[in-house]
Amino acid sequence: MPITPELLAQHGLTAAEYEKILGLLGREPNRTELGVFSVMWSEHCSYKSSRAHLKTLPTAGPRILQGPGENAGIIDVGEGWACAFKIESHNHPSYVEPFQGAATGVGGILRDVFTMGARPVAIMDSLRFGPLSAAKNHAILEGVVGGIAHYGNCFGVANLGGETVFDPCYSGNPLVNAFALGIARRDQLFFGRATGVGNPVIYVGAKTGRDGIHGATMASEEFSAASEAKRPNVQVGDPFLEKLLLEACLEAMATGAILGIQDMGAAGLTSSSCEMGARAATGIELDLDRVPQRESGMSAYEMLLSESQERMLLVAQAGREEEVFAVFRKWGLDAVAVGVVTADGHMRVRHRGAVVCDIANAALTDEAPRYQRPQQAPQRTLPLDPRPEWLPGSGRDLQADLLALLAAPNICSKAWIYEQYDTMVRTNTLVGPGADAGVIRLKGTTRGLAMALDGNGRYCALDPRQGARLAVAEAARKVACAGAQPVAATNCLNFGNPEKPEVMWQLAEAIAGLGEACRALGTPITGGNVSLYNETLGQGIQPTPVVGVVGLVDLSQGLLPLGSRFRNPGSAILLLSGAPRQSAEEARQRFGSSEYAAAVLGQTWGLPPALDLDGEQRLHEAVVKAHEWGWLQSAHQVSTGGLAVCLAECCLGRSVESAARARLGAAVDLQTDQEPWLALFNETASRVVVTCTPEDVEEVTLLAQRAGIQAIELGQTRPEAEGFRIACQGRTVVALPLAAMAAAWEESLARQLEPQAATA
Amino acid sequence: MKIGVVVFPGSNCDHDALHAAEVVAGEGAALLWHESEDLGGSEVVVIPGGFSYGDYLRTGAIARFSPIMAAVGRFAAAGHPVLGICNGFQILCEAGLLPGALLRNAGLRFVCRPVHLRVESVATPFTGACEVGQVLRIPIAHGDGNYFAEPEQLEALERRRQVVFRYCNAAGEAAPEANPNGSAHNIAGICNEGRNVVGLMPHPERAIAAELGSADGLRLFESLLLCQ
Repeated sequence: MPITPELLAQHGLTAAEYEKILGLLGREPNRTELGVFSVMWSEHCSYKSSRAHLKTLPTAGPRILQGPGENAGIIDVGEGWACAFKIESHNHPSYVEPFQGAATGVGGILRDVFTMGARPVAIMDSLRFGPLSAAKNHAILEGVVGGIAHYGNCFGVANLGGETVFDPCYSGNPLVNAFALGIARRDQLFFGRATGVGNPVIYVGAKTGRDGIHGATMASEEFSAASEAKRPNVQVGDPFLEKLLLEACLEAMATGAILGIQDMGAAGLTSSSCEMGARAATGIELDLDRVPQRESGMSAYEMLLSESQERMLLVAQAGREEEVFAVFRKWGLDAVAVGVVTADGHMRVRHRGAVVCDIANAALTDEAPRYQRPQQAPQRTLPLDPRPEWLPGSGRDLQADLLALLAAPNICSKAWIYEQYDTMVRTNTLVGPGADAGVIRLKGTTRGLAMALDGNGRYCALDPRQGARLAVAEAARKVACAGAQPVAATNCLNFGNPEKPEVMWQLAEAIAGLGEACRALGTPITGGNVSLYNETLGQGIQPTPVVGVVGLVDLSQGLLPLGSRFRNPGSAILLLSGAPRQSAEEARQRFGSSEYAAAVLGQTWGLPPALDLDGEQRLHEAVVKAHEWGWLQSAHQVSTGGLAVCLAECCLGRSVESAARARLGAAVDLQTDQEPWLALFNETASRVVVTCTPEDVEEVTLLAQRAGIQAIELGQTRPEAEGFRIACQGRTVVALPLAAMAAAWEESLARQLEPQAATA
Repeated sequence: MKIGVVVFPGSNCDHDALHAAEVVAGEGAALLWHESEDLGGSEVVVIPGGFSYGDYLRTGAIARFSPIMAAVGRFAAAGHPVLGICNGFQILCEAGLLPGALLRNAGLRFVCRPVHLRVESVATPFTGACEVGQVLRIPIAHGDGNYFAEPEQLEALERRRQVVFRYCNAAGEAAPEANPNGSAHNIAGICNEGRNVVGLMPHPERAIAAELGSADGLRLFESLLLCQ
C-alpha cells in the first residue's frame, strides 16, 4: 500500500515527520509501522510540543524515589512505606462519550499506580464543564460523574473529592483530570523495564478488541462537527476486571518472579513494549498470534493500536512463568507468554508467520520529534482597570451578594457529586470530600497522607505564569490546612492547540510558573500529563494547568488531621497571612479576576491575585507547626469567593470528621481600611482562617510572628442560633441565619441538576 | 473466636471486614476463598461488601451459585451466625437465606454518606451489645439498597420482629426524609426467622474508630463476644 499524503494526514503525521521516519528506518514503513509511528509520535505519547519546556521543571528532592518518566511518581513516606501517585487527563474521550470516557480515565490512572506495585487507596478528580443552563453540559456532567462513580466504586478505592469548575470555555471542551494515589512497601516497588535478555514477555488481563484504536491520535487533534463519529475511538471500561487485575498483579508481584510491568494505556501494546524496552536498553519480540483476542480477523495494525482496557504487559524471570500463570488462573484472567526480551533494542512483531513491524525502540521514544514551537503573547483584550460603574456602590447589599456567591456554581457545595462516590472504602479516610484536602491514614504507621488538587483557568487566562504559580500555591496550601507538610506534586496541563503561537506562549509561561512555585514550596514534580488541542470548532479553553500536591501529616500521639469546619463555640478565629502588601489601585486591578467580579458583577478585568512564594511557604510552615503543637482546631484557606465565603464555609462545610457535629455560627469584625466589598470578596492568596482556644491565641500569634507572617484576630465562633455576622470596622455588613446560608450553598447544585425534584 | 470473611471476585470490603473482625477476634479472623466449600472452622461467617462478579446481571445473583455459598447455607441452617453487609446482604437475599430483595435506590444513584440507624431488635448474635431504640451512626455506600418485600412478607417480618435496623433521623424517628434509598418501612437490616442470619445495607466495618467518623459499628462485632 503506497504511503500517500492523505494517509499521512489520517495518521496525524506531517511531511517532515515522515521524512524523519524514512531516515530512521532507512526504508519505507509498511502500514502497520506507520500506525505505530503515528501513535508513538502523537502529542499525547511523545510530548513533542511540551517536552522542551517540561524539562525545566524541578523533579528531584529528598523524598523523591521516582520522578517523571515512569507510569507514576513515587515518594518516600517513611516507616518503610512509599506512595505512588499521578494525575492524568481524559478530556477528549469524556466529551465524545462522557460516561465511558471518564470511567476509563479513572481506570487508566489506577493502573498507572498499581503497575508500580502500589495498592490504590485514594482518587480525586478535577472536573470542568460549561454552564449547566445548556442541556448538553448537564448531560456531560451527569455522564462524567456517573462514569467516575461506576469505575471507582466497583474497583473499591476511596474518592476524596477534588474540584468542579464551570465556565463557558469548557462547553465544547470538558476537562476530566483523574488523580490516583497508592501505597507500597518501599522495598517492593516495580518499574516498566524489560530486563534480562531471553526472559518471557507476558500479556495479562482483558482480551484485545478493536476498541480505542487511535485514541491517542484523537487526543492530539482539535474537534470538529464530525467528532461525534469518533465515539468508536472511546474505550469501554470494566472495573470488575480491573479489580481482578489489581489483586492478581499484586499477588504475582509478591512471588518475586516479576521483573518489570507496564500498563497498556494509550497506544496499548505498542507503547508498553517499546517503552519497557527503551527504559531497559533491550528489545522486545512479540508474536501477535498468541495475544488473547476478543474478535476474530484482527489485523496486526488493529492489535498493536487497540486501546482495550484492563491489560498489562509484564516481564518475568525465565523458568518461573508457571508461578505467574497460577496467580492469574486463580483470578480467572488470561496470562499468556507473547514474546521475549531481546538484546538488539528493536520492537519486532510477528503476525501469521511474518515480521510486520521492526523498529528500533529509540526511534519511537527518544527520537520522536521535539518542537520548539513559535510563541506569541496574545493581545490583551480585557482591561487592566475596572470601569467605575462596574464596581459596587456604597449602598450595596453585601449580604445578598454573599448568598448569591454561596449559590454560585463554582462555590456551592458539591455534595450532589461526591455523595455518588464511595469515599470511605478501605477504612482509611480521615478527611473526605468537602474539606481543603483529603486525608487518609496509613494503617500500622504514625503518618497520614494529605492530597489536594487545584487549577484556575480564569487566573491563567489573565496571566498564565501567575495563574500556574497560584495553582501550586493553593494546592499546597490546602494540604498544609490539613496539618500536612507538602512534599511533592503532579501536574496535568490542559491547553488548546499548541500550533497557535498564543497557546504555545500560554503553555510555556504556565510551565515556567509551575517550576518557580514548585521550587519555592519544596514540591518537586514527579510526573503528570499534558493534554493539548482542547479546542472544538476553533474555540479553545482557558489555559488550565491543574496541580496535585501530596503531603505528609504527623498522626503520632493521637494527633488528627485538621478539617476546615469550626469545631467548638467560643473559639478564637484568626487569619494567618503571608500575602504581600498591595496598594489600593493594585487591589482593585487584582479584584477583576475574582469569582465575585465574574459571578456577581458579570465582569472580568485586571490580574490574578498577587503571590509572594516566600510568604506562602512560611505560611505553610506556621500552620503545620501550630497543628503539631496541638493548638489548632480547624484550618481553611481563603480562595474562590474571598474571606467572607471562606468563613461561611467554615460554618457550613461537611466532611467525615465533622459530619456528626452541630453547625456553628461566627461573629467577626474586619479591621480594614478597604471598602467592605473588597475586604469580603477579594481572593488575595496566602491566607488561612484558623481557630484555636482563646488561651492559645497568644501562642499562635507568637508562632506566626516568628515565621514572619501576620496573625490577625477576627472574632469568635458562636452557637448556631447566634448566626453568622461580619462587621467592617464595627459596622455590620452581613448578619444571616445559618439556615439561609445553608439553603443557598447546599441545595444550589441539586436545584440546577434536578429542577423537577426541587419544585416537588 | 474464629470469624471467616468470604472473598468473591469483586469483593472490595473484604479487608475492611477482616480488619473490624480482628478488633474482636484478633488472629482468629481469616479470609475464605469463594471456590472452597471449607469454612476453615469458622464460628461466624461475614459476607462483605463490594461488587461480587461485577454485580453483572443483578447484584448478588451470580455469587449465590459459588461453592462457598453452599457451605454458608449449611452453616446457617445449623444455626451459626452469618452477617451480610451491603453486597453481602444482597447475596443472602439472592441465596434465599433472607427474605425480600434489594432494588435500585429510589434516587437511581449510588449514595455514600453517614446515616442514622435505630436498633429494632437485640435478639440476634450481632446486636446483643446494643439496646432496643439505640441510634447508631454508620455509613451507607450502595446503588441497590432499596429493600423490597411483598406486603404480607413485610407484615410477617414486622410481626416476628425480624427488622433489626431501621433508617432514622438523629432523634431516632424513622422519618421518610431519613430513608436514603426508598426502602420499605425504612428497613436497613433484617434477620431470618432463626435470628442467626443478619443482613444490612450500611457498613458497620467502616465505623470502628472515632477518627473515621464513628465507632458505632463496633457494637455489631462486640455483640459476638456475648454469644460465646
